[in-house]
Amino acid sequence: MNEIAVEAKGLKKTYEKVDAVKGVSFAIPKGELFGLIGPDGAGKTSIFRILTTLILPTEGKAEIFGNDVVKDYKKIRNNIGYMPQRFSLYQDLSVEENLNFFARVFGTSVQENYDLIKDIYIQIEPFKNRLAGKLSGGMKQKLALSCALIHSPDILILDEPTTGVDAVSRKEFWEMLIRLKQKGITIVVSTPYMDEANLCDRVALIQDGRIMKIDKPQNITNEFGRKLWAIKSENIYKLIQDLRQFEFIDTVYPFGEFIHITSKDNSMDINSLILLLKNNNHSKIEMLEVQPNIEDCFMELMNN
Amino acid sequence: MLKQTENIIEVSNLVKKFGNFTANDDLTFDVKQGEIFGFLGANGAGKTTTLKILSGLSYPTSGKVKVAGFDVYREREKVKKNIGYMSQKFSLYDDLTVKENIRFYGGIYGLPGKYIKEKTDELLRRLKMENIKDSLIKSLPLGWKQKIAFSVAIFHNPGIVFLDEPTGGVDPITRRDFWELIYEASYSGITVFVTTHYMDEAEYCDRVSIMDQGRIEAMDTPALLKKQYNAENMDEVFIRIARKQQL
Repeated sequence: MNEIAVEAKGLKKTYEKVDAVKGVSFAIPKGELFGLIGPDGAGKTSIFRILTTLILPTEGKAEIFGNDVVKDYKKIRNNIGYMPQRFSLYQDLSVEENLNFFARVFGTSVQENYDLIKDIYIQIEPFKNRLAGKLSGGMKQKLALSCALIHSPDILILDEPTTGVDAVSRKEFWEMLIRLKQKGITIVVSTPYMDEANLCDRVALIQDGRIMKIDKPQNITNEFGRKLWAIKSENIYKLIQDLRQFEFIDTVYPFGEFIHITSKDNSMDINSLILLLKNNNHSKIEMLEVQPNIEDCFMELMNN
Repeated sequence: MLKQTENIIEVSNLVKKFGNFTANDDLTFDVKQGEIFGFLGANGAGKTTTLKILSGLSYPTSGKVKVAGFDVYREREKVKKNIGYMSQKFSLYDDLTVKENIRFYGGIYGLPGKYIKEKTDELLRRLKMENIKDSLIKSLPLGWKQKIAFSVAIFHNPGIVFLDEPTGGVDPITRRDFWELIYEASYSGITVFVTTHYMDEAEYCDRVSIMDQGRIEAMDTPALLKKQYNAENMDEVFIRIARKQQL
């Protein structure tokens, strides 16, 4: 696993007045499932378009398996499977026609690499004569992935493949990615869904054109650096407002049915806080110390 | 929280067909005034179809639907006047300023000029956006746009606001800021009817319904749904319901 699949050094991308990528460096070993996690406008798509040789970096360098994204773009293009964020298939071709088209563009055939896509394609094969534009969201995704894989690339670059997709289809998609990783394919995937970070070997948390942190998800959550508590009561809205009034409380963020809070001196007398809230007419209060997740860490890094 | 028991949405036996395809298959549910109601479902489950009917953009094939006290067959212009709507895809005009967008929407709803002016100042103060009131919408970050779009959607004081995946793509802090606006609206009595793919947001709702293949498969408070499906969180509940059909 020592071979490097992707290496970026000091990448910058400026569009007229906007600095989309502000100096980003990372290395991804061969065979890794690497996630770029961050909101819209963080610079994820610009980085991917540089790596896939579709745009030039303003500054810095990037290599895919040792090939330079500027000088050796032809070699890279043959060896990369790319799924852009917007649906990239021909809407007025059928499922089967799309797949054949992408195979032929890369000088291969569907038969030659069928093994690689079989698991995925078999699920949409019953609809092979349907126009791609008429597929449901989950099926479009499966077809797009099949088309990105059909020339047997060593690396897949997937730009927000699960955005706007429901929780069930998202889960299935990640199961497919994990099977592809087991076949030795390097996968670089971006997502705005923080909970998907845990499915990656390593992630880069990216915000505003800069990488805030790169590590294994487990290491990132271990390094949150302070204690975190979860609290709820019958009236969440009032609870948020009331917690913000207390001097000793630092951050207050809703998290599902609970609110996650930190304190300024990293300590908390749970019983006295509950009493304080009871005096403020809160009922059904529950409070416990919890382990931070990636989203807690992302917000903590944004605040620092 | 002060929750009145009056229903602002009443749906019984709603059916919507497109040719042979039944997009909404016999839906029956009520939403109460001031409630935050999460309307969940897989892609293609039929949520958008229902949303269009509830907002007076499409007629049902059969069934009874009342929104804000008005019948969606006979009084759909009144329905439209008494609801707010925001989606991630369409909401504000990029090439108008913040202030112009507010004035435009206020005008569409027939609010008097003086009222629009006063309320605009108050709104900009509350959002802390007085210094960007003359900026073009397209120059603003996505999170700000979403806050403005939500405020514009409830500018005419509707009894209910429909939010169609309002929080896609923003950072986690901005997403939470946005939910605080939702809580605030609900606290002031506005009903919030929201669709989302973020299952943690489903937990913020007073009640949620989960649709699958045109039918409502489950509807209750998040706490009771988790109990019923013996699940740790709403993500598990959702996956159990939506996967059941495929197994």
